[in-house]
Amino acid sequence: MPLVKSGKITNDGFVHVADDDPLPEGGAILISAARFLGDPETLSRRAGGTGVIWPNNRDVDDLVPYLDRLAVVALVFPTFRDGRAYSQARLLRERYGFRGELRATGQVLRDQFVFMLRAGFDAFEVRKASDAEAFTNTAKRYSVFYQPTGDGRLTALHRRMQLRHSESASQ
Amino acid sequence: MYAYDELDRTLINERVSEFRDQVKRRLSGELTEDEFKMLRLQNGVYLQLHAYMFRVAIPYGTLSSQQLRRLAHVARRYDRGYGHFTTRQNIQYNWIKLAELPDALADLAEVGIHAMQTSGNNTRNVTSDQWAGVAPGEVEDPRIWSELLRQYTTLHPEFSFLPRKFKFAITASEHDRAAIKVHDIGLRLHKNAEGETGFEVLVGGGLGRTPFIGKTIKPFVPGRDLLSYVEAILRVYNQYGRRDNIYKARIKILVHELGIEKFAQEVEDEWLQMRDSALTLDDADVEEIRSRFTYPVYEQLPHMPDELKQAAHDPHFEAWRKNSVAPHKVPGYAIVTLSLKPVGGPPGDATAEQMDAIADLADRYSFGEIRVGHEQNLALPHVARRDLPALWRALDKIGVATPNVNLVSDIIACPGLDYCSLANARSIPIAQELTRRFANHDTANLIGKLHVNISGCINACGHHHVGHIGILGVEKNGEEFYQITIGGRADEHAVVGTLIGPAVPYAEVADVVEDIVEAYLALRERPDELFIDAVKRLGVEPFRERVYATR
Repeated sequence: MPLVKSGKITNDGFVHVADDDPLPEGGAILISAARFLGDPETLSRRAGGTGVIWPNNRDVDDLVPYLDRLAVVALVFPTFRDGRAYSQARLLRERYGFRGELRATGQVLRDQFVFMLRAGFDAFEVRKASDAEAFTNTAKRYSVFYQPTGDGRLTALHRRMQLRHSESASQ
Repeated sequence: MYAYDELDRTLINERVSEFRDQVKRRLSGELTEDEFKMLRLQNGVYLQLHAYMFRVAIPYGTLSSQQLRRLAHVARRYDRGYGHFTTRQNIQYNWIKLAELPDALADLAEVGIHAMQTSGNNTRNVTSDQWAGVAPGEVEDPRIWSELLRQYTTLHPEFSFLPRKFKFAITASEHDRAAIKVHDIGLRLHKNAEGETGFEVLVGGGLGRTPFIGKTIKPFVPGRDLLSYVEAILRVYNQYGRRDNIYKARIKILVHELGIEKFAQEVEDEWLQMRDSALTLDDADVEEIRSRFTYPVYEQLPHMPDELKQAAHDPHFEAWRKNSVAPHKVPGYAIVTLSLKPVGGPPGDATAEQMDAIADLADRYSFGEIRVGHEQNLALPHVARRDLPALWRALDKIGVATPNVNLVSDIIACPGLDYCSLANARSIPIAQELTRRFANHDTANLIGKLHVNISGCINACGHHHVGHIGILGVEKNGEEFYQITIGGRADEHAVVGTLIGPAVPYAEVADVVEDIVEAYLALRERPDELFIDAVKRLGVEPFRERVYATR
């Protein structure tokens, strides 16, 4: 499954480790929330970098104390119809100030890219190769946004107000 | 009228090109039907019994004549020459071809019309009072706030995949014509003691298989906080609304299971963390949207012009005037309702020719503006009273001057089994038969205000729960049966109707309605005791007795 990061298809530097597999000595790992919460102090201080796969039916509050030590938080779309992880993503980015990689996993299709980018995701485990290849073009599909989110894109209302101010300034 | 600017136009064009790409990928097989289903639904495209059905949004029920002409064009060019106005200020086309849909959307986008989020598990078309901006006594024009909400909810990155659909309605009048109590979020615009504009927020109303009347979650949310408060509600719902069972996924079930106090607390906790955010609307933001609305320049006109005095001698005109003409906030003007419920016709349908003719009449008599109400009728909101006789003759000629507004034959009905893949029973033929039974205007007038609502299945698109007489189609051993409720209403006193007894077969529905009406006429205290008031006073028992005594 291709990983898209910074707009490009890249190799996944994180190894998914199943709950009953031993942890490697070094290297970056991606583990389940259950495993992580078993020993969060140790696991979040691993040298190689730790990522946590956080389920979409658990409050992100439990993850908040460790956020600044995590390299990756992977949120889950069990199907693309289930939009809970969009709220989790915005909370992590906008309320709790998570700066690491926020990864979308599960049924990730091209038609969600813009929503996900706006919610704060910056890495995508994309189901179909054709969708991964279409990432750059799809991400550019919209140039107008009605809602303010933490992604910094200006809203239509904001642009109108700017226009209004510049018009009144030039008069 | 709200006028799109370059940004609004750009966004809907970008949406059209995205949908064009999605259709292309579906037709090439790159998208599975399961994947495409949710994508097409988000753009108002259903797969029905015979063909794709296409639902187009008419935000808060306001249309320009140019837009109505374009809706006529779509009916003619891509469909079978007619459209169906729905109970949520949308129009539906029933025979559209998938491959032609992107072109139809592009044609609509040219005049600022879209089909975004007219279906799917997202925030739907924001509806409002069809008399917004012209009704006497209104607090202020609710369409400013409706448009702010339309923009806020359109392609929302967090709330486009909610547990289930989500509907907003707004009113700014004491008499609620927008049915806000049966919406997921109902907003009643009012002013607090300090004269500040804000909203009573209701949550968890809805019909369908488990009807609930909305509960007040907060009596006053200042206008500046409207969007942050709404976002808090949506975020709580998005995270905690049930996703395990489609029939328990609406916000009304979450509110019911948590209780309104607990739910309100969750929302409050969330809101307090974000109320001072980029969502806060300052006066300039609201003013920016308000400035994009244009209003007619009314003349000073007499309340009782000569034209009206002369026409008063014509009993047909008078019957129509008394029935379909309502007071306007500006003296000398009136609001005119156009009945889309002709005797024997399917409720809410209009042909392309009718739409074109109404657009022309709107240009001539109503400053180019048309409204669409949830009762599936149209309205011309700014008619000079002196023009009423001429307008009436023109409306009568095209068959939209039936003087039955709010009367027993002004029936609200879903498409039912004639079109819909969810339906258990037909709705339209029941409505048609009832309009024939009550075709005599004097009889209908004698009966007075009486709303009949028909749904062809439990999903309740015909809002049968809140009909004064509600008719619900069910299937029993492969046959169409109908449950009858009475006493429901959708206004500020909203209440769900009560079942009067066992379901009756298709052939008996019109007889049963006649029995109920006859019982009412015999039982009412005085001629001006409305049906709904008589049911409230008497309960269902006397009606039940009358209906089932001989069955």
